[in-house]
Amino acid sequence: MTKRRVVITGLGVLTPVGLNVGETWNNLLAGKSGIDYLTKFDTESFSVKFGGVLKGFEATDYIPAKETKKMDPFIHYGIAAGIQAFRDSGLEVTEENATRIGVSIGSGIGGIGSIETQHNTMLNGGPRRISPFFVPSAIINMISGNLSIMFGFKGPNMAIGTACATGTHSIGDAARMIQYGDADVMIAGGAEYATTELGLGGFAAARALSTRNDNPQAASRPWDKDRDGFVLSDGAGAVVLEEYEHAKARGAKIYAEVLGFGMSGDAYHMTLPAAGGEGAARCMVQALRNAQLDPSKINYINAHGTSTPAGDVCETMAVKSTFGDHAYKLAMSSTKSMTGHALGAAGAMEAVFTALAISEQKLPPTINLESPEEGCDLDYVANEARDAKVDFALSNSFGFGGTNASLVFGKI
Amino acid sequence: MSSIEERVKKIVVEQLGVEEDQVTPDASFVDDLGADSLDTVELVMALEEEFDCEIPDEEAEKISTLAQAKAYIEANLDA
Repeated sequence: MTKRRVVITGLGVLTPVGLNVGETWNNLLAGKSGIDYLTKFDTESFSVKFGGVLKGFEATDYIPAKETKKMDPFIHYGIAAGIQAFRDSGLEVTEENATRIGVSIGSGIGGIGSIETQHNTMLNGGPRRISPFFVPSAIINMISGNLSIMFGFKGPNMAIGTACATGTHSIGDAARMIQYGDADVMIAGGAEYATTELGLGGFAAARALSTRNDNPQAASRPWDKDRDGFVLSDGAGAVVLEEYEHAKARGAKIYAEVLGFGMSGDAYHMTLPAAGGEGAARCMVQALRNAQLDPSKINYINAHGTSTPAGDVCETMAVKSTFGDHAYKLAMSSTKSMTGHALGAAGAMEAVFTALAISEQKLPPTINLESPEEGCDLDYVANEARDAKVDFALSNSFGFGGTNASLVFGKI
Repeated sequence: MSSIEERVKKIVVEQLGVEEDQVTPDASFVDDLGADSLDTVELVMALEEEFDCEIPDEEAEKISTLAQAKAYIEANLDA
């Protein structure tokens, strides 16, 4: 059986630098940071006082008002990204195709804010006060569930939860469902609303976050000597994946082809990456092998690049061991320098950016890279976007638990 | 002070996302106003909060219209 080809025909994204694809992409190319002080709650007693939020987002732009209050914001964001991507694809659901269209939009944490609120309600008023919508507003698969209900998508319906690798795993896995014949179209991605008290406090307690409280916009600085942790963000990303002949037959706009998907486990530590980026390297090798692509063909990598002391060095080492001399010829940037790190949404947002790098032939920069860390000597597209020939690109995501995922996209 | 009927109607409008003139005394929350089983649970919780009372589940099941809600509250509470 020849492998069915899978292409990307729709994009959707909501990030701290924009609430749609056009606004986000323009701001990324302009090198704008979306990070600012958090104002939703009093951060006085928190060691970290900033993050990336979706400024000006109105859930009712996408979801009837009556329904919005039954959903945590991570579900609002995921539905919004899914709707953007589906509209962008130009597809219509019909009686004939409904069972061939599926959804897989996951989340790293899910409805942590709803869990906090409902727990407080229970402590104050007893268990009778818990909302009947608490569980469906908080569990991770409810973006996929709600989208299927809203649009009538009757194909595979699921959600992956692999921490910060969720979005990338979701897209890779969904592409395989199309290759395997389970569906012809999949809406895949990730969403996150983690800038809550428990979310911020929890990641701060794990010492994972930057504490650059005097200058939030400069806090996410991948590969820079002065980096001190990641910046917690909210957001969502989704892509419409479609079987190639299906897309071609209807004359769809194709952003890129999904050529390869790689996965690996570090088997090392709960939160630290494996020494030398060993797990990340195996992951990239798997993705390239799956794409049947020589490593020297890759022009651009959208890095995991979270701005943590260990992660950035390990990813650089992993790229060097995977690509050899070619590591110095390709370009690699971290859009998290501008968006912050939206955990389970990050990989999906970055898959959108990687597809755009290919379709627009432009590289988004790594901002705040003033003085590179020792050993971090690759081309990180420092501080300025640029035009580039991008035929093949790779996007990395690595998560707590030592879970790794890489996607390879190609121009078509 | 609003009447019991006005207070119940306001809650129904808020909880079910419907217009005030749709909430006639005998309009069924489920059949006419689009509520599902979880909506009705939440609606009863909102009534409990508004009238500071506890409505047992077996009683709550019988409340499916504005008139029934009003009758229950008048019979059981000195609101």
